[in-house]
Amino acid sequence: MNSASTKDTDRMDAFFLPAVIGRELAGCAHVAVGSDGALHAAGALLAQALHGQPRVTILGSREQLFFSDGGRELFEAAAQGRIDGFLLGGGQIDGEANLNFMGRGDYPALSVRWPGNFGSPYLYSIVKRVVLVREEHSRRVMVPRVDYVSASGTSTPRVRRPGGPFALITSRCVFRFDGAARCFALQSVHGGNTLADIRRETGFDFHSAEGEVPTTPAASQQERALLRGPVAQALAATYPAFAARLREAP
Amino acid sequence: MMVSIEELAARIVDGTHLAIPVDFNAFFSGAAMEVTRHLVRAGRRKLRLLVMPSNGMQADILIGAGCVSELEAGAMLMPELGTPPRFSDAMRSGRLQVRDSTCPAIFHGLGAAEKGIPFIPMAGVIGADVVARRADWKVIADPFDPDHDILLVPAIRPDIALFHAPLADRHGNVWLGRRREVALLAHAARQTLVTAERIFDGDLMNTPLYEDGTLSGVYVHAVAHCPGGSWPLDAGSDAPGDTTQLRRYFEAARTEEGFARYLEDVFMPGAPR
Repeated sequence: MNSASTKDTDRMDAFFLPAVIGRELAGCAHVAVGSDGALHAAGALLAQALHGQPRVTILGSREQLFFSDGGRELFEAAAQGRIDGFLLGGGQIDGEANLNFMGRGDYPALSVRWPGNFGSPYLYSIVKRVVLVREEHSRRVMVPRVDYVSASGTSTPRVRRPGGPFALITSRCVFRFDGAARCFALQSVHGGNTLADIRRETGFDFHSAEGEVPTTPAASQQERALLRGPVAQALAATYPAFAARLREAP
Repeated sequence: MMVSIEELAARIVDGTHLAIPVDFNAFFSGAAMEVTRHLVRAGRRKLRLLVMPSNGMQADILIGAGCVSELEAGAMLMPELGTPPRFSDAMRSGRLQVRDSTCPAIFHGLGAAEKGIPFIPMAGVIGADVVARRADWKVIADPFDPDHDILLVPAIRPDIALFHAPLADRHGNVWLGRRREVALLAHAARQTLVTAERIFDGDLMNTPLYEDGTLSGVYVHAVAHCPGGSWPLDAGSDAPGDTTQLRRYFEAARTEEGFARYLEDVFMPGAPR
């Protein structure tokens, strides 16, 4: 456990979420990060700096894109199992880990249109460990049932499904997904949050163990140093603003 | 093989099934913006636009200008900004018919056309709402393993593939470097039109360092030399474009009036000489 002197305000600093993401990706051999994924990339690169793997493929980068055939090759490599870690989010997420990237409302007559499915329906079912990251943890995002299923959290036995949801990281807590029970289980809360807070802000039901909920550990001195150093350097070409935030953060 | 930009743009007529690559990429945008300008100026209508597999500003301009009646896309995004504004508006108002897909289904459909087969099976996706929404997709029992289902998507064979490349030669060979997926678009389409930042004196297919990253002229029907042809987007390190225009466009195009003003003041005049 971390020292009791660590203040709550210190816990949610620039290093906190990358460190949490990095821990959930430990053990992966090759993690891919989609467009617009600075935070995801920071977490994956931190896991690499700590453990020597995963290889991290960042779409939109030159140096960290290990393909010469673009998105086509990425999707084919993923279906073969050559990518075993991926990160996704979603404008809405429900208790069965269904994700909505399409919009709010009754499709196609949406009240708000988001970018669309991208590769999510495909990658969510074939990449072994998909870590969900969504900072906003409110009933607007964590809903009882998504308005549109871009990517389904679970499947019937008739569907070949080597992959799926592993964990959900928000600005308040970390959930693990239990595929057999089709339900999230609360793993830890970030400093300053209680179980009651999580229940109040979450639109779906989830499992929580008896007794006190563990607190998510803050970034260690080693994690901070790696994020400020090699991780920021690797991010700088593709995500200069995010890299600068890591370098300059106290 | 070599034509003027006017001749090249004139081959894209009303109702064309037009395919373009994603216009944000670390190597070069691939966006034939000068041709886009010609299509807007000519008042092209009822284009059926396919983006491989997503797009941002280029498709949004064509949609905003009323050139597009139908769009097939894995997603629409202007990176770090959000959903392209004219696209959102056209979808909400019902002016634009959107065939939402998923990025790998677009690569698979083009891959089927490339192989000359009518459809292709693909992994994953079953269980997502897109499968039920796409009447042209089918889920069947895998004939080799009847305990499992598999998704079939039809071949996508566009009338015309259109893109801007950093380099081409007079034989119609086009250098794509590490963006080889753009060759898929040319292999799948009936006709491929290319604008090029620079023209190479010689044969790219027989020049070391270029030959491996080159799309053969077998697949290319016309090339127009067009320096600045992706502006305000980039055409690789030779032509970095103007990245400030993306945000400027995104803000302006929130309203129809702002979009019209942006076209008149910035986009239609084209790249600064």
